[in-house]
Amino acid sequence: MNRKKKLSGKSLILFRAAVIVVLYALIACVVEFKLLNRMMLSLVIPVGINIILAVSLNITVGFLGELSLGHAGFMALGAYTSALITLNVTGLPKLLTFILSMLLGGIVAAFFGILIGMPVLRLRGDYLAIVTLGFGEIIRGVINVLPITGQAMGISRIPKYSTYTIVFIVAVITILISMNLLKSRHGRAICAIRDNYIAAEAMGVPITRYKIMAFSIAAFFAGIAGALYAHNVTFIKPTDFDYNKSIDILVYVVLGGMGSIKGSVIAAVVLTLLPNFLRSADDLRMVLYALALIVIMIVNAGGYKDRFLEKYREKKIRRKAEKEAQ
Amino acid sequence: METFILQLINGIRTGSIYALIALGYTMVYGIAKMINFAHGDIIMVGAYALYMLWAVVKLPLPLAMLLTVVICSVLGVTIERVAYKPLRNAPSLAVLITAIGMSFLLQAVSLLLFGATPIKSENIVQLKGFHIGSIMIPGLPMLTLAVTIVCMIVLTLFINKTKAGRAMRAVSEDKQAAALMGINVNRTISLTFAIGSALAAIAGILYLSQYKSLTPTMGALPGIKAFVAAVFGGIGSIPGAMLGGILLGIIEVMAKAYINSALADAIVFGVLVIVLLVKPSGLLGKNRIEKV
Repeated sequence: MNRKKKLSGKSLILFRAAVIVVLYALIACVVEFKLLNRMMLSLVIPVGINIILAVSLNITVGFLGELSLGHAGFMALGAYTSALITLNVTGLPKLLTFILSMLLGGIVAAFFGILIGMPVLRLRGDYLAIVTLGFGEIIRGVINVLPITGQAMGISRIPKYSTYTIVFIVAVITILISMNLLKSRHGRAICAIRDNYIAAEAMGVPITRYKIMAFSIAAFFAGIAGALYAHNVTFIKPTDFDYNKSIDILVYVVLGGMGSIKGSVIAAVVLTLLPNFLRSADDLRMVLYALALIVIMIVNAGGYKDRFLEKYREKKIRRKAEKEAQ
Repeated sequence: METFILQLINGIRTGSIYALIALGYTMVYGIAKMINFAHGDIIMVGAYALYMLWAVVKLPLPLAMLLTVVICSVLGVTIERVAYKPLRNAPSLAVLITAIGMSFLLQAVSLLLFGATPIKSENIVQLKGFHIGSIMIPGLPMLTLAVTIVCMIVLTLFINKTKAGRAMRAVSEDKQAAALMGINVNRTISLTFAIGSALAAIAGILYLSQYKSLTPTMGALPGIKAFVAAVFGGIGSIPGAMLGGILLGIIEVMAKAYINSALADAIVFGVLVIVLLVKPSGLLGKNRIEKV
């Protein structure tokens, strides 16, 4: 903690760059030399995608303070848009097509984010939550009947373009953009709306504009995550993006701590891997996962953690005082 | 015209189950101020409990039904005590996630006990329909509607006329002030969960009698729909939950019959979105003035 505080400006950037490079090297080593079993290796890309989803939802839930239950809908928009592009556009280099389709997937999702955000963000709290849930289901319902999206059959034979390198780069970009957004003038405005929107409005923060901005940025990254998802599993269908998926993402955000990007990343990694660690327990797997969720939540938010840390801190101070006395 | 009326009856049949679940949702939300995501799964527990007691243990039906209601109430109170009470002062989203965890847990446990293959149940309640003109009105939907209406009336009377009901309203307005007035807040919230879960048990019984099939995830979708119904009617309002549930059921069935069955859910949510945009606190919800 103390060491980090001393870093600033250039050295901070260098430190972060070093961390990113080391992390990438580590992941590359693990994947290239197959240091883990196949099950774990197949999870490297989903972990990255879930990190992007969790960090992006954190912008709405953590920074803006509005509960959104329709994140999977934006993911679906990105997934279908990009899949249709890579399947129908020919003649461009593979990588370029994929990047273009990813960006377009994100833009389509962001566009719908703005479209939905304009009327919806008048509502607050649980009403907003239920309307975002509604829109997620509407998006899914429409995909379910459009002929171009393959209806309930979905789209199959999507080329497998998502590699761990691309997912890693996109995840890093998402995290960096979210962190910088949080520190910028816009991020402060968004957090001000969360803390007290009446006071923020009185200070001259244009509430609606910032709400829509936060909402559409989150939708953009969800769309990109959707594109990565589609090009990893190679087969998408409307039921992949139902409200259970939105709830999964929300669980990452809340468990990691709302408004904490680091927390979202950790929670996304742990909760993606946890069910697979529990695989040996087989039938008990889901029971253990649910129990873990409840226990973590109670320990985390129920005040037990604070009490424990308080005790620990007291001990530390006492020990220090004893040392000084000697 | 005849098909239209038949569809309308179908809608009322689905809608009154939604309404019954929504009553429990709205009550817990109104008093404990939390979205109890596990509510839908208590319906599932109720349905399984009834099936086990009646078809496997072979208890007489009224006794089995009574025991089902008791089991669900006890379960609801236990869930509240174990999982929600430690989080009473935590942010509402933390409680929401715990409730989702609870919902997963109930589903996972019943999956473990009963397996994923649907269990078929025999007819539980046999009711003869009656004719109005040339239209045959089936008995069971009417019974469901009647049960729902009775539950709504009893619940309204309970909350408005009894001492415990007054305590509930006080807790819903201001927990601390209620505690200062000598109301046992914990006991009041437990009572709320007991009643809410009892309503879920009744919904589970009726659901099983109508659809005659049991799966561990059977409660999830009706639970979500009922929550939508509660918001639709104005969450926290008991007549609102009733109205929202019935309307939701009718819209859903009509959309399935006349537009496109794959699009039915999207249409239901579309109507919900429009209603909330025009009237942000739901059909019968009260507008709260926000103070600085």
